Amino acid sequence: MLAILEYGAGNQTSVRRALDHEHIPCVVTADPTILQRAQGVIFPGVGAAGQAMRVLRSTGLDKILRSVVERRQPLLGICLGCQILLEHSDENDTTTLGVVPGRCRRFDDNMREDDGSPAPVPHMGWNRLNVMKPSPLLQGIETAAEFYFVHSYFAEPASDLVIATTVYGREFCSAYGRDGLWAVQFHPEKSGRPGLKMLRNFYSYCEAHHAQ
Amino acid sequence: MLSKRVIPCLDVRNGRLTKGIKFAGNEDIGDPVESARRYYEEGADEIVFYDITASAEARGIFLDVVERVAAQIFIPFSVGGGISTVADMRDVLLAGAEKVSVNSAAVINPHCISEGAEAFGSQAIVVGMDVLAVPVTSEIPSGYEIVIHGGRKRMGIDAVAWARRCQALGAGELCINSIDADGTRDGYELNLTRTIAEAVSIPVIASGGAGKPQHMVDAVTKGKASAALIASIVHYGQYTIRQCKDYMAQHGVRVRGTW
Repeated sequence: MLAILEYGAGNQTSVRRALDHEHIPCVVTADPTILQRAQGVIFPGVGAAGQAMRVLRSTGLDKILRSVVERRQPLLGICLGCQILLEHSDENDTTTLGVVPGRCRRFDDNMREDDGSPAPVPHMGWNRLNVMKPSPLLQGIETAAEFYFVHSYFAEPASDLVIATTVYGREFCSAYGRDGLWAVQFHPEKSGRPGLKMLRNFYSYCEAHHAQ
Repeated sequence: MLSKRVIPCLDVRNGRLTKGIKFAGNEDIGDPVESARRYYEEGADEIVFYDITASAEARGIFLDVVERVAAQIFIPFSVGGGISTVADMRDVLLAGAEKVSVNSAAVINPHCISEGAEAFGSQAIVVGMDVLAVPVTSEIPSGYEIVIHGGRKRMGIDAVAWARRCQALGAGELCINSIDADGTRDGYELNLTRTIAEAVSIPVIASGGAGKPQHMVDAVTKGKASAALIASIVHYGQYTIRQCKDYMAQHGVRVRGTW
């Protein structure tokens, strides 16, 4: 079973619906015992880093997330969840969880697309991944697959962790991690079949990891 | 680089589609959930549900339809029609929509845009604008006037000025519907779409007039739109969404080609 961390993130229900559709057992919870017993944890997120960190700290869920990572329990961060696994976010100048080396920066204003048209912030819509290194998360997903993004800030993790980049005005990291600790800037729960496949890949990893 | 989006729009009345939708080889089905699922599988990048009677008749929103759609389609979708308060917005977002579209209510009470953006983020707030071409006057310098209630009431507001104000109030996107082109299938009102797209920095969705895939190409090239809203071109089985997207790709438009 997967646990979706409940802390008021706007997309927690969308993630649950996507897992339900894929017949992946899951629960939306803030209960530390359930979170720590789950085969894997999904850390969703929509909103601002400052507010999210306030909620995580006041509920003690920041410590639970750190312990999930320390114990090598599989974790998938999505969107804001991807950003606040890092050490610092420029959004509200926030000290974030710090379980992955790196920081989160805002896109520049006045960026341009490849064809010269304006690339306004937020980056919202469908975009591709340039895969930098293989990952179980991306297994079986076509290289031309696109994913749905909505964000104004982007993750800058340690470069050896970058799994995929995306270009919008500039190249930025859209997926990072190592075995069992992954984060994606886009919304797999809203990215059609390739997104559902990615969630299934995560669950398959969790099941195999759990069996060991 | 972002792909240009293809967005089918489904008009709903009393929980059913107002016009039957024909998929190739299939009979008319009036269930918006089933139609949404088919468009999702055909490659729609987003789906819009519009409760067409809600504005005029002040009906509620069909949250059960929204919830059933959310359980079956895993792309963004928006809901419009009769949404005027933050409470209305919260209801459809909690039911599973990513975005809400406000139209007449925003013209009557522009603060619902800023209140919505503050509560849910700009990315969740689409402002739909119904626009009529009119003679240029000092009041309407662009020659495009905002109308409400499906075009029945002229508001004396210039469409370009209104588009800029919507952006300033926190709208995340604008859906520009030409009352003149709507239903003609002769193509989008490209001058209108481009005029608005050049006046704001948020994405513009072209709406009204699509009759063939070339029109969609025009909307995102000459019209400078980020997305093309379509209805009858796909509802009656004339084209599939895949055919539309293949055509756009063949004509140099970047679209999401695999799903």
